[in-house]
Amino acid sequence: MAVMKKKRKGGIPPISTASLPDVIFMILFFFMVSTTMRSTEVLVKTQLPDASEVQKLEKKQLVSFIYIGQPVDSQQAQWGTAPRIQLNDSYHSLTDILDFVASERDKLSEADRMAMTVMLKADRNTRMGIISDTKQELRKANALKISYAANRAAR
Amino acid sequence: MANNKREIREINASSMADIAFLLLIFFLVATTMNVDTGITRQLPPIPPEEQQMEDIKVKERDLLTIFVNTYDNILVAGRQAHISQLRAAVKEFVLNPTNNENMPEKEIKELTMPDGSIWSVPVSKAVVSLTNDRGTSYDMYIQVQNELARAFNEMRDDAARARFGKDFMNLEDAERDVITKAVPLSISEAEPKNVGGN
Repeated sequence: MAVMKKKRKGGIPPISTASLPDVIFMILFFFMVSTTMRSTEVLVKTQLPDASEVQKLEKKQLVSFIYIGQPVDSQQAQWGTAPRIQLNDSYHSLTDILDFVASERDKLSEADRMAMTVMLKADRNTRMGIISDTKQELRKANALKISYAANRAAR
Repeated sequence: MANNKREIREINASSMADIAFLLLIFFLVATTMNVDTGITRQLPPIPPEEQQMEDIKVKERDLLTIFVNTYDNILVAGRQAHISQLRAAVKEFVLNPTNNENMPEKEIKELTMPDGSIWSVPVSKAVVSLTNDRGTSYDMYIQVQNELARAFNEMRDDAARARFGKDFMNLEDAERDVITKAVPLSISEAEPKNVGGN
């Protein structure tokens, strides 16, 4: 009898969707928090060149960045306009690259060290002199996998 | 009964989800994960002190020299060329379709296919040698590197399509290895010269 009564009352009660927004908000917060950008402040102007044959860098933790270009406007009073090399958060000279590579390599696990990639983010108006010197230093540091940063362009 | 009727009605919260979804989609679209793209290259290791200057000998016919000077002019095999001509020149040189005697030799290599069969393929011995000046602009250097990469990628695509009927990018890893051996990326970079005095 009880079963019959329930059926008469109008079937299954609707599922409350009141908690759905909470679930969505949780996903929302996850995305808002997890997509924090890299916090290195770039102190040089890097307008990247365009290239069509670019590849994505697969594993981000294996990549170290070297920025090369003119100091940004706010730093030019102090550092002038000649292109400079930025490692981590400050300007460095060529000879610091060896130490930089060594410290970056130490952060990686033993297995990943061979796969370490150095990405050169150089301004398109830079002359090749400073870049060749950087490459030479990287060879000395035995960081042989490099990548020239470039924006993807149509063929 | 009267009490029951006066009870405040629950606000319909089902549209709240829509609002949250809207926000979610906005953030998904707006936060472009800055994907780093670049042209990947392998630098040659520095030779140990003892065995210096034992250069690998490359026959003259196998070598295509590209020189980019301080004014971003390009010299391909002794003749001035525009950046747009570079790709065709490299492809023609490496493939040597007419088997010209002044162009690179080919060596028949027997490559093991993923299914175990043997594929005899003529592999070009060509080496592209790129020299730049210290005054060359980085932009031009990347453009040249890009054209070289594109030439080799196109040759690999052609080989992959002829052999597997697919583009190089869509191949399985084992198949890709075979094509990479059939069309090796042979770019050699000389030490930069300082002719322009920069």
